[in-house]
Amino acid sequence: MALLSHNAYDVSHNQNNTVAGVTLGGFWVPDLYRVAIVGSGPAGLSAAAHAAALGMTHVLLEKTDHLSDTIFKYQKGKHVMATPSNLVLRSDLDFDAGKREFILDTWNRQIEEGKVNVRFNSEVVEIAGTIGAFEIKLKSGDVVKAETVVMSIGTQGNPNKLRCPGSDAEQIQYQLDDPGEYVDEHITVIGSGDAGIENALGLAADEAQRNIVSILNRNAEFARAKAANVALLEEAEANGRIFVRRETNPAEVKDGELVLETRDGTETIPCDRIIARTGSQAPRKFVESCGIDFTSEDRAAFPQLTPSFETTQAGVHVIGALAGYPLIKHCMNQGYDVIEFLSGNLDLKPADEPILAEKFAALPGNRTVEEWLEVFNKNIVILEELSPLQMRELMLDSDVRHYGMGDVIFVRNDPGSSMFAIAEGGVAVEVNPEDTSITVPIEQGTIFGEVGLISGRKRGATIRASEPTTVIELSRGAALKLIATVPAAGRAVNRITIERQLLQMFGSGLKKDDVAALVEAAELVDVPSGKVVIEEGADDKDIYVIQRGSMIVEKEIGGKPVFLSYLPAGSYFGEMAVIDGSARTATVKAAIKAQVVRFPGEVFTALMDRKPQLRARTMKDMASRREVNEFIEGQKDSFSGAVDMYSQTAQFLLDNGLGEATDVLLIDEKLCVGCDNCEKACADSHEGLSRLDREAGRTYAHLHVPTSCRHCEHPHCMADCPPNAIKRGPDGEVFIDETCIGCGNCQRNCPYGVIRMDAKPPKKPSLLSWLLFGAGPGPGEASYDWRSKKSAKDGAAQPKTAIKCDMCAGIKGGPACVRACPTGAAIRVAPEKFLTFTKLVEGAD
Amino acid sequence: MASKANRKGNFAFNEKRRNTDHSSFLTHKGFLWMWIAIILSGASIYGYLTIEVEPRHNGGSWFGYTLGTIGALLILWLTMLGVRKRRMSAGHWSLKAWTSAHVYLGLALIVVGTLHTGFQFGWNIHTLAYGLMLFVIVSGMYGITVYASLPRALSNNRNEMTRGEMVDALAAIDRQLESAAQPLARQDSDRVIAALKADVFSAGFTARLTGAYPLCATSRAFSAFSKGQSDEAQVEQRERVRALLERRKDQLAQIRRQMRLKALLEVWLFIHIPTTIALIAALTAHIVSVFYYW
Ligand SMILES: Cc1cc2nc3c(=O)[nH]c(=O)nc-3n(C[C@H](O)[C@H](O)[C@H](O)COP(=O)(O)OP(=O)(O)OC[C@H]3O[C@@H](n4cnc5c(N)ncnc54)[C@H](O)[C@@H]3O)c2cc1C
Ligand code: HEM
Ligand code: SF4
Ligand code: SF4
Ligand code: SF4
Repeated sequence: MALLSHNAYDVSHNQNNTVAGVTLGGFWVPDLYRVAIVGSGPAGLSAAAHAAALGMTHVLLEKTDHLSDTIFKYQKGKHVMATPSNLVLRSDLDFDAGKREFILDTWNRQIEEGKVNVRFNSEVVEIAGTIGAFEIKLKSGDVVKAETVVMSIGTQGNPNKLRCPGSDAEQIQYQLDDPGEYVDEHITVIGSGDAGIENALGLAADEAQRNIVSILNRNAEFARAKAANVALLEEAEANGRIFVRRETNPAEVKDGELVLETRDGTETIPCDRIIARTGSQAPRKFVESCGIDFTSEDRAAFPQLTPSFETTQAGVHVIGALAGYPLIKHCMNQGYDVIEFLSGNLDLKPADEPILAEKFAALPGNRTVEEWLEVFNKNIVILEELSPLQMRELMLDSDVRHYGMGDVIFVRNDPGSSMFAIAEGGVAVEVNPEDTSITVPIEQGTIFGEVGLISGRKRGATIRASEPTTVIELSRGAALKLIATVPAAGRAVNRITIERQLLQMFGSGLKKDDVAALVEAAELVDVPSGKVVIEEGADDKDIYVIQRGSMIVEKEIGGKPVFLSYLPAGSYFGEMAVIDGSARTATVKAAIKAQVVRFPGEVFTALMDRKPQLRARTMKDMASRREVNEFIEGQKDSFSGAVDMYSQTAQFLLDNGLGEATDVLLIDEKLCVGCDNCEKACADSHEGLSRLDREAGRTYAHLHVPTSCRHCEHPHCMADCPPNAIKRGPDGEVFIDETCIGCGNCQRNCPYGVIRMDAKPPKKPSLLSWLLFGAGPGPGEASYDWRSKKSAKDGAAQPKTAIKCDMCAGIKGGPACVRACPTGAAIRVAPEKFLTFTKLVEGAD
Repeated sequence: MASKANRKGNFAFNEKRRNTDHSSFLTHKGFLWMWIAIILSGASIYGYLTIEVEPRHNGGSWFGYTLGTIGALLILWLTMLGVRKRRMSAGHWSLKAWTSAHVYLGLALIVVGTLHTGFQFGWNIHTLAYGLMLFVIVSGMYGITVYASLPRALSNNRNEMTRGEMVDALAAIDRQLESAAQPLARQDSDRVIAALKADVFSAGFTARLTGAYPLCATSRAFSAFSKGQSDEAQVEQRERVRALLERRKDQLAQIRRQMRLKALLEVWLFIHIPTTIALIAALTAHIVSVFYYW
């Protein structure tokens, strides 16, 4: 391995401070540092502290004028958590769960006491040179020289700058901490995402501040923002509280003025302050410019690293969030480790070793962690390209299990979004639910369970171990990361998914070889929300399978599009034209962002010719679909009102997230008496906080979609959770476990605004003592006042964490909101069952 | 929570649940409880007509005791709804099913209870208990009438706004009014101040129920501003205040309609529940006295 030689070089060199340098203010400042650490987050701080402790010449370069900017920017008083709790901390700095202020104070003190050499206001803009002689250029123009570099700049990146003359002007700011700070100003917000809209609303919220707030959007629509935010903005615009300027760009920033470029020419408006919220530039470009390669083109990819965190640029190391480890403890451990490696301790075992050892303990064979990692690496095709570091990271988020012959691994219709890989042994798939003796084998080295991962739908078949078998269960997060960062793994998973989906969809009778030609001809197509895949009247002859997302089928009747049906992931469409050669009879378009697989019609026809069962099966499906369509068209003649209502209600529900939902709460406002028993029941079933806001949310034709989790097929909230605390449970519920660190990312990522950040309330007196003596706040969520007073009294203030609906998992009778509704107004539905004519039109009586 | 990932899911149960039959408490399970109530009432009437009791039907015969026991147990069970409603613990119950049974079995009590009396009434504790029972039942009938008729109006009036949003909207109008009224003459600005000062939520009982607020300062200020006035100088300012007052009036009207509908949906419970408690007391006295003095 190349890294060994670098480190050998490092060790042999420069053991004592015999290099040239100067003494400045009592400090020894060498011309060439042993290590330069860029970024003073938990990772960089810990590295610098350890370098100082070992007496290594070092410098810690920090962009801002304080340490650890990411944590510095947390909300005041935030309770910082120290997860994972089973990971030991290996650092010269202390860290335990506690208030942000306490942690920053501790670090500031320890960095000072440890004589760590910190250089503030030193943004690194370029790293040139090679190992032994790096030249690190700062924004000020200064150059720092070092033999090796540790990059720990996190993932926050830099805000995008305005691209117009005057973009360096003082009145431009990239963050808005307190909208209440400004009065009597002309303020222009630039940016059409949620951050921009929320800032504009905040600035205009209190008319007493008398601010004149404008927001600029380059486009005509606010497509990137949450619907709820756009609605609020439009309302504020209608009330004259905010000036919304669409299709407008800033052209020049002048003193007290802003020149705009609009569709009708330039215009100048008074402007005292500009809040630019045009997103931020991920640090990737900068990192790549330092000669560091990433694992793939994907946005989710990280730099390629050796086990000692060395990048493809010899001598430059990457640790912390930038290396893909977003938890503070991981960051700090890596800071320590990287300095140990640099000082020549190559036998250092990673701090996560005991965690992995515990995971592997239950497996037979008495292998060490390293041996197991090697087995997985060697045996499992999609893991072949992973480095040992990546293997470790993957295993931290995954489970390993051993099954005896005949043991069930999962059952058909179980919800599940994890993917399995067979490390040793083999499994059998029960392809026919009626006859469990018909099985298809899956052999060692390959994967299964991938359909659940890709489509977010339930398991398609029961799978048993056909011999003693060891499998890895990759959590959804770990599997997605693998697909995104290892292109070969991504391709392999895709191919297998398509093949298995075909076999599953068209039932028994088909073998792998039968569909080989189809798989070969398959083409994966991304379909943005609302895009038409098949147009009514067209005469293309392809057939499609929905891999993720969902579709709606529409037909033009009497000049208006009428909703016919809803197709969830895992269904196919386009078969009618292929079978009878006619033109397309209906339009199919994406209900949400989707991915479909396109197969050429001829290949499918050829397969049908060879396999009469397939033809029969497809004809049957087609007939029942025709029947539904004809029924609705028939209704249109006699009950056109009902059909319009059906069509519009379906569209309304899809607009409110049903297209990606698995289980949603709806309220029939024809029955709702507003007693709020549903909210009270929710609170009382979940530690005293309601996870549903009944009144909030949209309503159409008395059907109300309250603010409550939709349990999305591909939950947006999961995307960016540092401890991977958001999971899908056995009943399909998306829930947040106790490892949540309260960072609020999920709250920002959920498009439906259903996640709240709050502290677990103190215990209430019992129902009986409330009924008899009026003790405590009674059923339902206690007021904020009662909660904060009581927990102050109990002296047990809890940290704020993310809270959302968990579908009452673990409560025997099922969701409490529905059970507690006295009138039957509250119902929970699955979209594919609810978006039908009978359910929507006949409704309740 | 950690153990959750290992817990076996209950697929069949959840599938059934997600396929919710979308029906109200009145039609629950194809009127199951209505049919049960009809059978109970029919059987009671049949028994009353066919069973010979000497000298005539009364509460003290074996048949009377039977009806009395059924009635008393029913009343106790009906009362339990108050507890059920507030205990959202685990278990396969649904409040909709309970309400459905409550309503129909409660109505069946009219028959069971009346036949239990054998139509022997007098100025005594027994007839008091009977009267209270009927009173509770009548209030319940009012309850289902409003439950069936008002929700649509509540939904329409809310128009996708939450309580909080309504209050915020009012506060926003108030802030604008405050600054718009600054330049006005003393008399005019006093009117606006009077409108702003009135506490929207301290409405009296009748006002809440009827939705009529004859003394509403906002309406009065609005009509004062709508009438012409001589001072040419302030035409523009007055017009702005008038428009704001109109918006305030509309916003107030929405809030008041909301309060009215909620009050109509709840007010009967303030009769239903206390009378239930009185009924339980009278019923106890009735039963005790029967066993001591009969
Ligand atoms: C709101 C929030 C709450 C969180 N809560 C928790 C929690 O409770 N527990 C937990 O374990 N994790 C938490 N996290 C995650 C955790 O804070 C981060 O993952 C962690 O700080 C990453 O550490 P790092 O050292 O890799 O980088 P960072 O902490 O991001 O530090 C990077 C530093 O580098 C500096 N820098 C950047 N570019 C340059 C440059 N070019 N030149 C010089 N300096 C540069 C920055 O100014 C910054 O100081 C939370 C995250 C957020 C956003
Ligand atoms: C003697 C007979 C009855 C008794 C003792 C009784 C008692 C009660 C009690 C204790 C409650 C709980 C109220 C609360 O806690 O909020 C209640 C609620 C209710 N009752 Fe009755 N009741 C009787 C008859 C009826 C009848 C005949 C009807 C209808 C025709 C009826 C309709 C209702 C309704 C609709 C509710 C409200 C349910 C809810 O919103 O949760 N009741 N009753
Ligand atoms: S929290 Fe939001 S994103 Fe996550 S599953 Fe629920 S609705 Fe979907
Ligand atoms: S659950 Fe939400 S708040 Fe908690 S750690 Fe994950 S993303 Fe952050
Ligand atoms: S419990 Fe039912 S009736 Fe009461 S507020 Fe909730 S949905 Fe409406």
